[in-house]
Parts: sequence; C-alpha cells; structure tokens
Amino acid sequence: MSDVFRAEGLGKTYPGVRANDDISFSVGAGEIHALLGENGAGKSTLVKMIYGLVRPDEGHMQLSGTPHAPADPRAARASGVAMVFQHFSLFDALTVAENIALGMENPPPRAELSRRIAELSQAYGLPLNPARRIASLSAGERQRVEILRCLLQNPRLLIMDEPTSVLTPQEAEILFATLRQLAAAGTAILYISHKLEEIRTHCDRATILRHGKVVGTVDPRAHSARELAAMMVGAEMKLVDRSGRKPGDVVLDVKALSTPAATEGVTLKNISLTLRTGEILGIGGVAGNGQDELLAALSGEITTPHGTVTLSSADLSALGPDPRRAAGLLSAPEDRLGHAAVPQFSLTENTLLTAGGRQDIVKRGLIDHNAARAFAESIIKAFDVRTPGPGTAAGALSGGNLQKFVIGREVLGGPKVLVVNQPTWGVDAGAAAAIRQALLDLAAKGAGVIVISQDLDELLELSDRFCALNEGRLSPPRPTEGLTIDEIGLMLGGAHGMEVGHVPA
Amino acid sequence: MFRLEPRASAPLLWQVATPVMAVIATMITGGLLFAALGFDPVASIRTIFWDPLFGPASGYSRPQLLVKAGPLILIASGLALGFRAGIWNIGAEGQYIIGAICGAAVALAAYPHEAFWIFPAMIVAGAVGGWAWGMIPALLRNWFGASEILVSLMLVYVAQKIAAWMAFGPMKNPEGFNFPGSRNLQQYPAASNPELIANTGLHWGGIAALVALVVTWFVMSRHILGFRIRTAGAAPRAARFAGVRPERLVALCLGLSGALAGLAGLFEVAGPAGQITESFGSGYGFTAIIVAFLGRLHPLGILLAGLLMALTYIGGELAQMMLNLPASTVQVFQGMLLFFLLGFDILTRYRIRRRA
Amino acid sequence: MIDPIAVFVLLLGAATPILFAALGELVVERAGVLNLGVEGMMIGGALAGFASAHATGSPALGFVAAAIAGAALSMIFAALTQFLLSNQVATGLALTLFGLGLTAMFGKPFEGVKAPSMMAGPFGLNLMIWLGLLAVPAVWWFLMRSRAGLILRAVGENHDAAHGLGYPVRKVRIAAIAFGGAMAGLGGAYISIATVLQWTEGMTAGAGWIALAIVVFAQWNPWGVLAGAWLFGGVTVLQLRLQAAGVAVPVQLLSMAPYLATIIVLVAISARQKFGRSGAGSTPGSLGQPFHALR
Repeated sequence: MSDVFRAEGLGKTYPGVRANDDISFSVGAGEIHALLGENGAGKSTLVKMIYGLVRPDEGHMQLSGTPHAPADPRAARASGVAMVFQHFSLFDALTVAENIALGMENPPPRAELSRRIAELSQAYGLPLNPARRIASLSAGERQRVEILRCLLQNPRLLIMDEPTSVLTPQEAEILFATLRQLAAAGTAILYISHKLEEIRTHCDRATILRHGKVVGTVDPRAHSARELAAMMVGAEMKLVDRSGRKPGDVVLDVKALSTPAATEGVTLKNISLTLRTGEILGIGGVAGNGQDELLAALSGEITTPHGTVTLSSADLSALGPDPRRAAGLLSAPEDRLGHAAVPQFSLTENTLLTAGGRQDIVKRGLIDHNAARAFAESIIKAFDVRTPGPGTAAGALSGGNLQKFVIGREVLGGPKVLVVNQPTWGVDAGAAAAIRQALLDLAAKGAGVIVISQDLDELLELSDRFCALNEGRLSPPRPTEGLTIDEIGLMLGGAHGMEVGHVPA
Repeated sequence: MFRLEPRASAPLLWQVATPVMAVIATMITGGLLFAALGFDPVASIRTIFWDPLFGPASGYSRPQLLVKAGPLILIASGLALGFRAGIWNIGAEGQYIIGAICGAAVALAAYPHEAFWIFPAMIVAGAVGGWAWGMIPALLRNWFGASEILVSLMLVYVAQKIAAWMAFGPMKNPEGFNFPGSRNLQQYPAASNPELIANTGLHWGGIAALVALVVTWFVMSRHILGFRIRTAGAAPRAARFAGVRPERLVALCLGLSGALAGLAGLFEVAGPAGQITESFGSGYGFTAIIVAFLGRLHPLGILLAGLLMALTYIGGELAQMMLNLPASTVQVFQGMLLFFLLGFDILTRYRIRRRA
Repeated sequence: MIDPIAVFVLLLGAATPILFAALGELVVERAGVLNLGVEGMMIGGALAGFASAHATGSPALGFVAAAIAGAALSMIFAALTQFLLSNQVATGLALTLFGLGLTAMFGKPFEGVKAPSMMAGPFGLNLMIWLGLLAVPAVWWFLMRSRAGLILRAVGENHDAAHGLGYPVRKVRIAAIAFGGAMAGLGGAYISIATVLQWTEGMTAGAGWIALAIVVFAQWNPWGVLAGAWLFGGVTVLQLRLQAAGVAVPVQLLSMAPYLATIIVLVAISARQKFGRSGAGSTPGSLGQPFHALR
C-alpha cells in the first residue's frame, strides 16, 4: 500500500493554545483512515492545514511523494485534495449545479456540467437534480451535493469531516458503501469522527489525537470502543449513575401541537407527548427535523393554540417564556452563543436571561446586581465552571464550561420540567459526563426532563423512553431498554429514499 | 503583518480612549484640510474648538453651547436606546420637525389667548407628534417587515415638505406681509420657551435633556427593560428566549426616540427658532446620530459628545465670520469624526497582534 | 394635451439617476454588503461631474470624473467596513453625512454656473439614458451567467463557505463596493449635468435613499430595478405635470409623492415577502454582516 498523504512533525500554535504538536501520520491509497479525537483535540486545525485554510508553523506534508504546502484551498484542490465539511459549505440560494461549479477550478459549460453531474450521481447512487436550489434539499441530499462536488475533481485524498452527524444510521450505511467504492478505485480517505462504533466497523486504520498530539495509530477493529475512548480521553470514562428514579404523575402534557407553516425552519405537525415526574424522555432525530422548533414551542418562544401545552393542569400554550418559567417550565436551547447565553455579556448578566424571576434577582423591574452575582457564583461553584469569576464574558469560556453554566442556571432554578436541546454538543468528555449526571440527578429529585439530542448513545444512556423527531412529526414513545440502533434508525425515518450505489468498482 | 483577534468583551479603557482619539484625529485631518484650502490650520482649529469657550467673543458664544447641545442630547439619548437594541431610527430629523409643527399648532390655535396651560399643552403636542411620526416606521416594520431605516428616512423628506407647506400655507403669519413662516412664538409669552437663567442659554429643552439623560441612564443600568434592550441588540435570539417581544421593543424604541425628537423640535420652535419656516429642520436629527455614537450610546458619553458637537457648530459659525471658512466645514468635521470613531472602534472589539 | 411619448421620455430621464445608483447598490448587496452611503456618493458624483464638465466643457469627461469620485468615496466605506470591520449601517450613514458636507464645502464656487449641453443620442435620448438601459441586461448577465458573478453571489450568500472554498471574500466585496460607488457617482452626475443643469447644495434630495429602497423592491433582481426606477420616474413626472397643470393641491404636498410612493412600494414588497408563499425570499444570506476569517 503506497502512501497518498504523509504528514511529518506538523505544528500550529494559536495565541495561548498549542493546537497541533508534532503530528505525523500517513494515509495509503484505497484506505479509509480515521482521525479520532475529542472536541478541541486539534482535528479541525490539522484538516485545515491539509486543505490550505491554515498554514502550519512547523513540519511538512507530502501528497503522492511530492511536497504539499497549499497556499489556499484552491491550490489544495488543484493538487488533488477534496473536502466535505461538517457544516456544509453550500450556498442556499444557488442551484446544485452552481454550487458544484463553485467547488471546481475550471468548470465545464453549464450543459456539460449538468450532464456530468447526472452521470456521476447515477454511478454512485446519489440521485440529484442539478437545477434545484440547495434551500429545498434535505440534509442528506445536501451532503450528496458536497460529495459530488468532490468526486467531480477525481481527488487523490478525500477528507470527510464528521459526515454522519446529519445522517440516520441507514443513510450512514449508504455513505460508507459509497466510500468503499471510492477507496476500491484507489482514493485515500481521511475520515474524521468521534463516533467509535462507526470507526470500528468501517475504517482500516485510526490515528488518535489528544491535546493536539498523536496518541497513536491503531487498527480500530483490534480494539474495543472502550479502549479507543480511553485513548481519546486519556482516562477511563466514568459511568453515569442512573439509580434512584421513579416515574410519578404526568407533569407535562403536550396535545396535538402544530405550528403554522413558516417560510423558514421546520413546521411541527401534530405533536403529542406526556412526561411524568422523575422521568427522562429522550427525543432523537437528525439535525433540522424540528428540534429547535420543538424547544421553542415548549420554552414559549413560539406560542400555540389553547390546550396544546399543559403543565400540572395549567394551560401554558398562550404564554411567553417569562410566565412559563414562573410556572416551572425551564429550558436550555442548543446554541450556547447567542441563544442560551449572550457571548458579550458577563456570566452575572447572563443569569438575568432566565433566572431574574425565579431567583428574586429582578423585583418590580429593578435589577439587584448583587443577587445576580451571587447566583452566578453559586452556579460556578455547584457545576465546577472553570472561569476567573462571574464578571467574565460568556464568550470567553470554553464550550464545556459555558454549557455547564447554562445547564446549571436552569437546574438550580428548581424546575418542574426542564427541556434541553443538544446538552453536550461540542463539549469535552468530562463536562459532558457532568452535565448528564446533573440531568439524571434532577430527575431523581422528581423533575421531568426532556432531552432532545442527535447523539443516540447519549439518549440511550439517559432516557427512560425514546421518541424520534422526523420532519416535524414525533413518533410514539418506546421504552429505551432493549431498543437497538437499527430500530432507532428506522424510527428516525430510515434512509430518506437514498439508494445504494450500484456500479461495478 | 497584523492579525485581529476578537475580544470577548470591550475593555473600558478603549471605550473611553477611542472617542478621544477620534476627536484628535479629526482635528489633525481637519487642520490638514484647512491648510490645503489655504487657511492657517492652527488658527482654524483654535477658532472652532477653543475660541467659543475662551476666546474674545466667548461671552456671546458660551450660552449658545447649551442652546445647541440641548436638542442634540435630547434626541441622541432617545436614539441611543434604539441603536443599542439594533433598531435604526435615522429619521429623527423628521420627528423633530413634526414635533415642532404640532407644538406650534397648539400655540397658533390658542393665539392670542394667555393661559398657563398653553405651554404644557404644546409640550404634550410636540411629544405626541414626534411619537406618532416615529410610530409610522415602527408599525410598518412590525406589520409588514418594512425596513425602519428607509421608512424613517423617507419620512424626513415628507416632514420637510410638510414644514414648507405649513410655512407657505396653513401656518403663514397673517400679519407677516405675505412672507412665508409662522408667527414668532418668542413674542407670544404664553407659548414661548425663554432663557431660564440669563446668559446661560439654558431653556426648558436643556432641562428636558438632563431629565432624559438621567432617566435613560437609570433604565439602561438598573432596570430590566434596559437589559432587554441590550440583549436584543447583542443577541436577538437570546432576547426572544429571555421573553422579549421584538415588536414591542421596536414600537417602544422608535416611539420613545420619536417623542424625544419631537420635544426637541417643540422647544426649538418655541425658543431659539421662534417660528416654523420652510427650512425649519436644521440637521439636529442627523447630528444627534453622531452624538449617540460618539457618546458610545452611554448617557454620560452623550452629554459630553453633545457639548462637543455643539461646540463645533458654534466654532464653525465663528470660523465663518472670523476666517471666512465655508459654513459647511462643521458637517465635514462631523462626518470625519464619525469615520474616525468607527475606524478606531476596532481597538475595542479586537486585539491587534503582530503576525508571527 | 399630454403626449404619451413625451411623458415617457421625461420618465426615462427622471428614472436614470435612480437606475444607475440602484444597479450599483444591487451588485454591492449581492456581494453581501449594505452600503447606506449611496446618497453621499451620488452627491459626490454630482459635484465632481458638474465641476469637471464645467471645467473641460465636456459632459463625457464629467461623467468619467463622477464615476471616479463615487468610487473614491466608496473606498472610505470599504476601508472601514472590510479592514476595520466597522458597522455597515453606521458607516454608510457617516458616508452620506460626509458626502453632503464635503460637497457643500467644495461646491460653493460652482453655484449659479451653467452646465455644458449634453450630447444627444439615438431617438433624441442622451447617451447616458441608453447606457443606463444597457446596464440592466449587462448586470443581469454578469450576475447570473458569468463565473465572476457566480463567485460574487456566493460571497454574498455565505461568506464563510466562500472563504472555505478559497474565494477572496474581501477582495470581491471591495470590487463590488467600488462598482457601486462609480454607479452612484454616475447617477448623481446625471442629476447635475443632464437634469438640473446646475449645481445646488444637497441637490440629490434623497435619490440615493430611494435607490436603496428600489433594490429591496426589486428583490435584488436587475430587471426589478428597472421596473422600480421607471415607477419612481413615472411618479416624479406625474407630480411635476400636475404642478404645471395648476392642480389645487399645494406644490409642497405634491412634491412628497416620490417619497410616499417609495414607502408604499417598500411596504408592499416587504408584506409580500413576509406573507407570501414565495419561499425564504431573495435577500442575500450574508447581507450586512461583517466578515472576519479566523486564521
């Protein structure tokens, strides 16, 4: 197996952070090579260097034996590196063909390009209409556009950045079939992920990063997920304690909740659920299937017709966020920066977003700044938020610490019901474990908790019952015990009409 | 080369230092401009920034400081609330004119009656007029999503036309020998807004400006409403999550800043200007935008910025008389000042580091 | 009584300044930049154009100078918003205030001076009217059919993605801003050289702001800009005709018509975008947002 790509001693320093340190590894022709690491381990910096978005401070790279030092992404593409981004790099208002043309150095004329798109999408079982606008495509279809954009350049090295985070398990299977087909044709694939099972099943080798350094390159099939996780995190994972919970009476009752058709976002369609005290209800789903809208409809950012949201027999449907909080229905949205917290504001000020009423910080409209600071300090203490103090701007905290603060702010509010969306997204393993434990403890004390998440492992770990959110519809709940990933995948909508590639390699 | 690194929060030092730097840079550039035009740069700058306060004619010009600063501060303190919330009322000039017309209408209707209620009624009419003119863009934005920037600005031109119409038509002074323009309210005691303390330039508008500063300072620093306004400007989604209704905030900010601009117009027409004329609007509404930014949208800053801007007005007039500098010098200065301020502002938002 | 062809010719003339300025701003906004300084650049062009035409006796040279002046003023905006990452709304406003002040200062010597006469073109319409009409399909072709236009739209739609693909976001935007400035300058010069035939302080009288509104009305489509400019031109001509005919409405109220029409049109199109089923609308995705690549 000849090396297509080789990195030797790569290093990159940002102010205060050694993002990459002496990174060496290689990817062979026809190999699917995993790059494994926690958030902040240096994966994205490394990939940006290969793709020409960032220049390394030290070390060098080789592509097919020749030095690889791209000045910008166009140079990288010209030399045969292609990349599928985690957050799609697509242009919503433009068509599929225009998006693909933007990703090519010398696109052929429009008609010719459309023909080649049709050809290639046939060959790899990725059906796409070149004239459609991106805005009208599903997440899976958007990824197909990204992949086709890469394939049209006949890349030598294809980088995939967390590609399955937006796919159902079935869709992910189809993606891997496509990748296998490509690898068989000699393309080297660098596959970035933190999903251990996926890597164990599909990747040939795995290079593990921790704190910007290579821990080792291993054969993932020869190690258990537990062992890989230990290498990634650097310590044994702590198991969460699920004991001490007894579901009681129904505390939250959502009946036939729908939202009006909107020009943006997903419409919720006839959602019903019940939540008992002491229970954790998990709601899974692929990104963009109504998670944000469901949280908004429960938090009060969106109001709905009478009788749709009832908390302990009080109808909250028509009330906004403030009265709902007063009634005991608290929530924490997914986006920490700009939704759950204001990045420019201090932690003290950020308590005022949701805790003004429940903590007696705001009385008759007047702010008691001392009480706000005291509450911020109590969150910092109780949730081990690492920060110089409550006067620090929220945006200056790491993702994990800010998330601990946001969840802590709501948990300490003593909710009857807490709704959280993606509580551990982009958070390091230690903070994630602490947040999960806090949610379990809250339920053990008798609160009802709804966890909306795209991380199925997290949902299986935390929840008593599981529902799937798919295109704005909520499936009936199933007890989590005994549920398999395959069953969940079907609940999430299966493969959304994708077909498996069917061309001889 | 240099590299920018975003700051999590703006350091107080730079927040205070950048406006000062902008003023100094404006003086230097202005001096160069004067030199290029063939004027003595040092004398010009001194005439504009120093002589109105301490020069030989300062006895006349010092009271003018409060006369000019009053309306600027009054309008700017209202605008600052909206700007903090990301609501762009740039039509204060129109609200100023309409407030003046409404206030004057009360006075002209009551003429020549003398009664204690006339001036208070004018104040109410001025505030309501400005409020209503500000509510037009607010409602059009809330109901239809129309840009408040463009609507409020278009309404400035409409207001100017209304003022012209009033001066030539309905409000024309019947004893004015057919000259355009209304009766002079300075000569109608029940409706006039006189200088309260001799030779200070202080009239009711100055008092109103001080009250507006204190109230907005209190709201912004101690009241939850101020927090909500700041949140809406910094992170609109977080504001919704915190229970802010954007429509209400739009109506509040545009309505309030309109009312304050209307008040400024009323105090002007009843005081220093005296009458509604074709060209009643004199640009205070636009200059107040600069005052709000230069004062960093903070009440104390607005006070200082308003005084400084007033100084340039008076200094500009002085320079026109003494040195024959063009009258529009002040406008150029104000534009440059805003440019420099916006440019230096990068120091508050980013750390500048040398690239390795 | 009213000859329709003559009215249409007047309409074309009244529409031309707005057409130039709005087409320029359309390209700027398609690149993701909101430049509220159109009025300031127009008045700059109006003075520079008039002064040069007067000095050289050639209207053509006047227009060249106007385009240069507009572009030069726009570069202040570009430097502040693209390098110093200032707020685009505030910077555009500053540019307008600055432009109005600067021209008032330098325009004094040109007050009361007459402009050289314009060259007539085919069908008795001057060449600038033709140029404006030709600019519509040209801008459309550039945006929708050329590679450079595709890149410009991509930059305006999602600057992070465009940067990720290796396109020079800042350079594209600076070029667009310069084009917008040059077009605004031409539009302003048309007012001073071809319409009013003299220089007066503040003579653009809000035309730049109307151009901004027309870009919204056009939903960022060049043909829509043409429609908007003609609509505006129609209202202006009608209003002037009514004034001339001595209708029993005060002149001052009639002259509000263009501004009121602009508000009505703006409301109508915003309402359609808000309540219509036409989808997410065509506002460029990154409009008005500062771009800063973290690297």
